Amino acid sequence: MKSIRIGAGLGFYGDNWEPVLATLERSNVQFIASDHLAELTLAILQKDRQRDPALGYARDVVPMLLRLWPLMAERGVRFVCNAGGLNPHGAAQAVLAAFAAKGFTARVAVVTGDDVLPQLLDASKPASDLAHLFTGDPLAGVRERLVFANAYLGAQPIVHALDAGADIVITGRVADAALFLGPLVHSLGWKLTGATEPQDLDRLAQGLTVGHLLECSGQGSGGNFGSQGAWQAIPDLTHIGYPIAEVWEDGTALITKALGTGGRINFDTVRQQLLYEVHNPHAYHSPDVVLDMGHITLHDEGHDRVRLTGARGQAPSDQLKVVAGYRDGYKAEVTWGFSWPDAWDKAQAAQSAILTQLLEKRIPHDELYIEHPGLNSAHGALAPLPDAEALNQLNEVWTRMVLRTPVKAAADGFGRLFPWLALSGPAYTCGFHGLHNTSELLGIWPTLVPRAAVEAGVCVELLEGAAP
Amino acid sequence: MSTVLEMKDTVRVPLVRIAHARSGDKADWVDFGLFAWNAAGYALLAREVTAERVRAHFMPWLGSDMTGEVDAWLLPNLLAIKLVLRDALQGGGARNLRLDNLGKSMAGALLRMEIEVAPAELDEVLATPRVGWWGEVAP
Repeated sequence: MKSIRIGAGLGFYGDNWEPVLATLERSNVQFIASDHLAELTLAILQKDRQRDPALGYARDVVPMLLRLWPLMAERGVRFVCNAGGLNPHGAAQAVLAAFAAKGFTARVAVVTGDDVLPQLLDASKPASDLAHLFTGDPLAGVRERLVFANAYLGAQPIVHALDAGADIVITGRVADAALFLGPLVHSLGWKLTGATEPQDLDRLAQGLTVGHLLECSGQGSGGNFGSQGAWQAIPDLTHIGYPIAEVWEDGTALITKALGTGGRINFDTVRQQLLYEVHNPHAYHSPDVVLDMGHITLHDEGHDRVRLTGARGQAPSDQLKVVAGYRDGYKAEVTWGFSWPDAWDKAQAAQSAILTQLLEKRIPHDELYIEHPGLNSAHGALAPLPDAEALNQLNEVWTRMVLRTPVKAAADGFGRLFPWLALSGPAYTCGFHGLHNTSELLGIWPTLVPRAAVEAGVCVELLEGAAP
Repeated sequence: MSTVLEMKDTVRVPLVRIAHARSGDKADWVDFGLFAWNAAGYALLAREVTAERVRAHFMPWLGSDMTGEVDAWLLPNLLAIKLVLRDALQGGGARNLRLDNLGKSMAGALLRMEIEVAPAELDEVLATPRVGWWGEVAP
C-alpha cells in the first residue's frame, strides 16, 4: 500500500529549525509542513505591517529556508507553511529575493483569501451575524476597533498548489493541521471536497489527527511534557527530533522521529499532544472534517514508534472560524525586588505607596494587577505561600505590577511613579525595570462566517522561476 | 466517631502522583489534558476528577466575579480526561496581564488538586506498570 512521510517544521514564529535538518538527512520524508502562526501571532504581525506595509509575515521563514532549501531540493522534499501571515505575497517575495541572491530556484505558490477584515468592517452587514463564538456578544461593541480578521482556510488550496507543481507553498491563516492534511490529500489521492462517505471522512480524520500531532514541533515528541519525575527520562531535549508521520493510503499512520535525535515518541508524549487545545474531543472542528477522538487507538510499538488508528470523521459545517483582533486599551508593567531582611513587608509597603499615588494623582485605570514572580505568578491563588514569618525570611521578594488602562498617557506615565522609591522608599531594592514599556492590548474575537463567501475569494498563484 | 474511622480509610493524594497533564489556551478558555499512567489510575481519575471538583479547585484562582464553568470528557481509549475551564484568562492571552498569559503552567496547578483514594487503590496504581514505552531508563 502506498504511503508518504511528512515531517514537522516549526511550531510557532521564532521556533528552532535545526531539528528539521536531522529529519531531512535521516528520515526520507517527502514533505515538511511548518506552522508559524499561533492564535496571537497575527497581532504581532499586524504591528509589523503598521510600521512597514511590506512586512506582516513571519520573517523567520527566510533564514529557515535559506538553511533548509538546499537539503530539500537535493532530496525533492516539498515545503508547506503559513508564514505568509497577513502578507503571503510579501513572504513569497522575500523568499524569492533571498533565493535569487543565493542562486536557488523553486516554484513558490501563494495562497490568499483568508483576510476577511473588509467583510467584518462592512457596517451594512448586521453585526449580529458575527457574534462572539463563546460569549454570544454582538460584534458592534468592538467593530470600530478591529485591526485584523482572518478565516481559517482548509487544505484545499494547499492541495491545489501542490497539484500545480509548487515546491514551496506559502499561505496566510489556514487551520494548522491543514498544512499537513494538504500534502496527504495531494499524495494519497484522498477525496476532500464534498466527502460524505464514512471511509473518506475517516481517512481525512486520520490526516487531521496527524497534522494536529505534528503542528507543535517538539511538543509532539517529548518537549513540554508536563509531569513530575517523568520528564527527566526523556533524553537530550537539546537535540530533540521533531515528530515525523508515515501515512498510508487507508489513513493508518505511524508517528516517529529521526534516529539518533533526542526526545521521546511514546503513548504518553503523543497523547499529551493529541488532546492539546482541542476542546470537545468528540467534535474537533476543522474546515475539512470534524474529528471524533473517542475511538482513536495509539499503539505504542516501543523505540519511538506509535501507530495511530481509529480517528472518525464527520462532514464539516458550512461555516468557517474567524479569529479577529481588536484594540483593547493599554498596559504598562513594572518589576522590582527587595532583599532580606523583611523583604515581604518591604514589598507590601512599596506596593501600598504606589496604590496611594494612583489614587492621589487620579490616574485613570481599569485594573492594577499584582503578582510576585518566584512565589505566585504561575499558579496565582493556587500557589501555597509560606506564613508571614517565613515570608519575611525569604532571600528576596519580587513584585510585578501591571496597569490596565484605556488611556495611553496613563500607561506611559505609570513607570514614573516608581524611581523615587530607590532613595526614599524601603531599603535594599534592586532590579527595577519598566520606566517606558507601554504596550497595546488586543482582544481576540472568535466568530463564524459563511464558508462560501470566503472560499469564493481564495486564490492560489504559482510564481515561476525564482533565479534571475 | 464513624467519620473519623472513615477518614482513616482514605488518603488524600495530589494528582501529580498518579497523572500527567498539559494545558493551553483558546481565547479566554484554558484547555487541559489529564492522563493516567495506567488503567488502574484512569479508574481513579474517572471516579474522582469531576467537572464540579475541578471548578471548586480553581475557584480561588478565578476570583468570585467569574463563572469558571468546567467541561469534562472521559476518554477511556486514551486513559485521559479532557477538561476545559472557561473565563480563565482575563478575556484572552493578548489582554491577560499575568506573566503566564496563555495558561501554559495551569496544568501544574491542576496537578496540585487532591483526590481521596483508599490506600490499597493507590498501592495498585503505583505498582502497575506504565503503558507507554520509556526505554531502558523508565522512570
